[in-house]
Amino acid sequence: MEKSGSADSLGSKRSSSRQPSVDSLTRYRCVTVTCVSLCHGVAASDVTYICPFLGAIRGSLTVTNYRLFFKCLDKDPAFVLDLPVGVISRVEKIGAISAQGEVSFGLVCKDIRNLRFAHRYQEGSLKKSIFELVNKFAFPVSNALRMFAFEYGQPFPENGWKVYDPLAEYKRQGLPNESWRITKANEHYDVCETYPATLVVPANIPDEELKRVAAFRAKGRIPVLSWIHPETQATVTRCSQPMVGVNGKRSKEDEKHLQAIMDANAQSHKLFIFDARPPVNAAANKMKGGGFESEDAYQNAELVFLDIHNIHVMRESLRKLKEVVYPNIEESHWLSNLESTHWLEHIKLILAGALRIADKVESGKTSVVVHCSDGWDRTAQLSSLAMLMLDGFYRTLRGFQVLVEKEWLSFGHRFQLRIGHGDRNHTDADRSPVFLQFIDCVWQMTRQFPAAFEFNEFFLITILDHLYSCLFGTFLCNSEQQRLEEDLPKRTVSLWSYINSQHEEFTNPLYVDYANHVLYPVVSMRHLELWVGYYIRWNPRMRPQEPLHQHYRELLAKRAELQRKVEELQREVAGRVAVAPPEKAGSPAGSPVQTCV
Amino acid sequence: MLSTLGGGGGKPAKPSFVSYVTPEEINQTEKECSRKEKHPDLLPGEVIFCSAGPVLKSIKDDLFQRVVYGTLLCTNFRVSFISDEAPSDEEAAQLFKNKLYGENDIPLTCVDHIYGGFDDKKKLIISGFVKNKYPSKIIVCCKDLRLFHFSLAYAKEEDAKKIFQGIVYHCLEPKSLKCVFAFSYGEKTLLNKENQTKPKTVMFDTSEDWAQEIKRTKGNCKLISNNADFSISAKLPQFFIVPTHVTQEDLTKFDGKGIPIWCWSHHSGCALFKTASLPLMQEDASSQLYKSYMEGMLNAVAQTHLYSVKTEELSDSLPTVQDIQQSYSKFKQFFLLDNTNDFWMTDVKWFSSLEGSCWLDIIRQCLAKAVEVVECLEKENTNVLIMEEEGSDLCCVISSLVQLMFDPYYRTLGGFQSLIQKEWVMGGHRFLDRCNHLHLKDKEQSQAPVFLLFLESVWQLQQQYPPAFQFSETYLTVLSDSIDVSVFSTFLFNSPHHMASIAKAMLEPGQRSPVNWPTVWDWSVQFDSRAQDFFINPLYMERSRQDKAPRKMPRPKHQRHQSLPSSAFKFSPSAKKGFLKDETDSLKKMLRVKRLSRWMNSPDSAQASTREFFVAWQRRPLDYHGLLLPCLEGPTLRLWSQRYLRWIPEAQIFGGGSITILKKLADLLAEVQDLRGNLDRQACRADFNHQGVVARAKSSIQLSSAFPFTMPRSRSFKPAIPIGPLHSLITDSLADQEDEENLGIV
Repeated sequence: MEKSGSADSLGSKRSSSRQPSVDSLTRYRCVTVTCVSLCHGVAASDVTYICPFLGAIRGSLTVTNYRLFFKCLDKDPAFVLDLPVGVISRVEKIGAISAQGEVSFGLVCKDIRNLRFAHRYQEGSLKKSIFELVNKFAFPVSNALRMFAFEYGQPFPENGWKVYDPLAEYKRQGLPNESWRITKANEHYDVCETYPATLVVPANIPDEELKRVAAFRAKGRIPVLSWIHPETQATVTRCSQPMVGVNGKRSKEDEKHLQAIMDANAQSHKLFIFDARPPVNAAANKMKGGGFESEDAYQNAELVFLDIHNIHVMRESLRKLKEVVYPNIEESHWLSNLESTHWLEHIKLILAGALRIADKVESGKTSVVVHCSDGWDRTAQLSSLAMLMLDGFYRTLRGFQVLVEKEWLSFGHRFQLRIGHGDRNHTDADRSPVFLQFIDCVWQMTRQFPAAFEFNEFFLITILDHLYSCLFGTFLCNSEQQRLEEDLPKRTVSLWSYINSQHEEFTNPLYVDYANHVLYPVVSMRHLELWVGYYIRWNPRMRPQEPLHQHYRELLAKRAELQRKVEELQREVAGRVAVAPPEKAGSPAGSPVQTCV
Repeated sequence: MLSTLGGGGGKPAKPSFVSYVTPEEINQTEKECSRKEKHPDLLPGEVIFCSAGPVLKSIKDDLFQRVVYGTLLCTNFRVSFISDEAPSDEEAAQLFKNKLYGENDIPLTCVDHIYGGFDDKKKLIISGFVKNKYPSKIIVCCKDLRLFHFSLAYAKEEDAKKIFQGIVYHCLEPKSLKCVFAFSYGEKTLLNKENQTKPKTVMFDTSEDWAQEIKRTKGNCKLISNNADFSISAKLPQFFIVPTHVTQEDLTKFDGKGIPIWCWSHHSGCALFKTASLPLMQEDASSQLYKSYMEGMLNAVAQTHLYSVKTEELSDSLPTVQDIQQSYSKFKQFFLLDNTNDFWMTDVKWFSSLEGSCWLDIIRQCLAKAVEVVECLEKENTNVLIMEEEGSDLCCVISSLVQLMFDPYYRTLGGFQSLIQKEWVMGGHRFLDRCNHLHLKDKEQSQAPVFLLFLESVWQLQQQYPPAFQFSETYLTVLSDSIDVSVFSTFLFNSPHHMASIAKAMLEPGQRSPVNWPTVWDWSVQFDSRAQDFFINPLYMERSRQDKAPRKMPRPKHQRHQSLPSSAFKFSPSAKKGFLKDETDSLKKMLRVKRLSRWMNSPDSAQASTREFFVAWQRRPLDYHGLLLPCLEGPTLRLWSQRYLRWIPEAQIFGGGSITILKKLADLLAEVQDLRGNLDRQACRADFNHQGVVARAKSSIQLSSAFPFTMPRSRSFKPAIPIGPLHSLITDSLADQEDEENLGIV
């Protein structure tokens, strides 16, 4: 319950000595780094942090190749700001040097905040501003430096790179079986360079044919299995758009491939193709050679558009959302401002799409094919969310890691491009909060089903924090192939190594294992809410008094205590049954039990 | 007079239509017999006025529309639909059964609006006498937000007309208080006085209750007990507490107006008072009298502690009761949805509609005002006097919220009920007028859900600090429903005097004993003890024994808050505490400008100061048994989804909702209790089976977010898939852009 700091960063709370967490771990490592090569860590005293909530705070600023650390000891409690430089998307000088000889810098961050600093600066002096150093460390890619993930060598008891083993995961799903086979056709990434080496395809489609199917699918992303229903054999398969073009090209192999996917499920004589895009955009893609399946060419297939917008719309929506929530919230127009960002509307559409997929598979016992344009953004969102609804395994702490490794990382969601790790070019149109939206959707589901997930909100926030931090190798690069080329599993630490070494922090104390129960979230605005704990966490007034994970830990401890009591009592009961001493009649029962939580 | 329209009461209705849908209808005579016997289990004193059948009720099961045949009745208590189908014997449905009315019953006072369906048109019904055609459908909107669709198309025309007129007459026409069901019910039931309320509720109807309360809070004010016959004022309760310096002469001056009524004492010694304000602005002879009287009263309040007082005229800064009514009327419409299509259509602009109703904003304003008052008591240790015209609407809201934030006792179930008893029932909140259960035309202006507004604010607090409250969300929802069940004395009268005079009138010769109206706190009237378990919040953190000890010491634990850095707060000079003389001087000056004193210069700085107060409080460790302040930033105020979404099938989360958390905790607790019970029984019996509670209750996966109010009827449910235009059209150049390699724009 100790309150450390007024604080403008969650980091300051997390890194208090009582709570070992990633920040304290990394601090240890960082100190070593600064000692080894002094050029990496630079400190400046007398820097002013212009906090939008607390006003100007004077203190000292330290910049290393991993973090930016601002500390003010004058304030009581001490004020600390501590963030990985990886979250910075832009460093800009604001205005000219002031009359007082101060120069100010703004840091725009990827985690929904902007920071502003000012410090004395003499024009023409040879000494560089500390913020030029930030500029260097925050954008290692642009400065031909190594990402910090390659420096970080913290040992963990478990190797997170081993969390996902495709063969083991497919085996868990009951694959291969008589209708589906595991193929190594993409072992050298020559069928599709953005796909993983291990793929599951219909058993009657030989490897040679896959290449011909690949020719008809954008970027060679052929329809492959993501998930199979353990009872009905209905499947979720994913791919990219067919290269139909304006002339309505057809591919016999592709048609056969989809027919094989349908035939693999004896329960249904239909196949649903979910095109994530709005129909207009899907049609517009024909001009560039893409498009969508015509129901004439694909017998028994029904095409459904899910109306989810593209990465540019999403990026713009998040930009608007940031304007609305940071730094201050306009109280009287909060709801209409929120609505005008369309952020939750996009969340609703994505969840609604996944819900329709899950419904078709579960209730309709029908196999589905999911694609968008390239099949690595909206398709990943939809397939992974549908799988989360359908399969309780993915709702466990480890299962979720497998889901992210499988549907996002191995199937080539372009993290490097979408996040822009270490890249100065903040206006890059390829950046988009696609993965953030996915995590937001997961959070919405955890809100609606608070007992159905083994992990907690802190777990989701931690994933997002390290999506940007560049501390772990997990979210670097764009595909499995690139990750192997960079030798990431050897040269970097996996985020899951860290998470699994202290899984209590991330465990939902109220988890009830529903096993194979399907979750259908309500995708109405009435039940969707803005994720305050993530988007508005920098606002001190919105912060819970106790750090989130501490609250969870207390609940967990309480649960353990109760369970211990139950066991104790059970033992006692059993003992009495065994002995059943008649002389004890009338004696008071064992120790009184406090029944209030 | 009760039976003016009840001519058709109890007569069997002859179905004029044989439906091929239900084969059993074919056997008309048999049907008639069975229908004749079909009447609800009538409550004591309940009389059937009229009935008609067959009537069709349309219901939505798992999002599919279907109809049920049955009989529609109107009694002096309710409109009741008796289904021809066998009642659901689902154990879960029985778990939370209300003993007074079931899922197909609508207490007459719970009816909000009635619409008539004429072919395709829907018309608001205001009177039972329709010129041409009687509607073939009746749509009843309830105050607890249930929505009923009855079709009269298959009933005999005469019956249909009669039931329509009967329902409209009894639900919408003005009536006298004696026609309210509580009177018939009270005559026929015997109240068990001993066993009245299970968590002990202090009724504040004796001087001992008040004496105990002032002792509990260590207040130094005096108890006035010579209003027992309402000779001082009919507006004040029989017993009340005023500052010690208020003289007997002061009490009798202006019919109770202007007397500072003590609400609660802070441990520092300062106290919160409320009063009905005197019309100080009037420019007539009496205004000078009022002003000097008010000055005297302020002096009296100031002398309670540190010669300081701050006053707040609530009507200056809070919405009026009319605003509250208007806002709520708009707000509740969002939840009375006819069909799935409406649900998804209104989903698109959900947030802006919500904002447009201003309901959440009114809740925020009330909570913010309460925090302001808390700040004065806690940080400045200043006495506070809140006032408004009658002193029994927003004064009740604010004073109860302040006490709830300060005093953990009021956050227990018994304490909360005592608080409502003290501030609302004895405080003379005009429940009868504000609910307008009698549908009097001249009271329409005064109808306003002020008490509901209070419950809403409590819900917001409870959502933010669940472990601080002993009662559950379900309890609040049930309490809000109970306002419109016309059985309880709690919500039936305008003041203690009103209740006493009615009770006296009932004691005319021929009456055997005083009428027994149950209070709402006697929950056994509505729910059996198992259902009452849902009122307890399993997350409640009970004060452990070690914690309890220091409470008894003279310096309570939460005094540490006094050390808040007060220099950081800005106050107008006139609001600074000072000696009596200075204070009265400034008061004199203030009196001339109506506003007696403001604690801040402008609303803006008030907000800033309150914000600082909140942040300073927030930095301290959270103590669920200490002062609680709500966070009032936009996103923290939320929709009370249990109350408002529970009847909407599209909005139900199957296997989800907060119930799953509560279930998990309750299961663990039940298991502990069960095992303990087994240990106790071990002494006598060796055989046991400890599966008990956990095995009995259903797995939470089979419940929904609307639990315990509605139950998923079948296991094979379908998800609610949005329909219609899913998104407001984004006519943005971005939408047309390619996903990749289109670097030209942005």
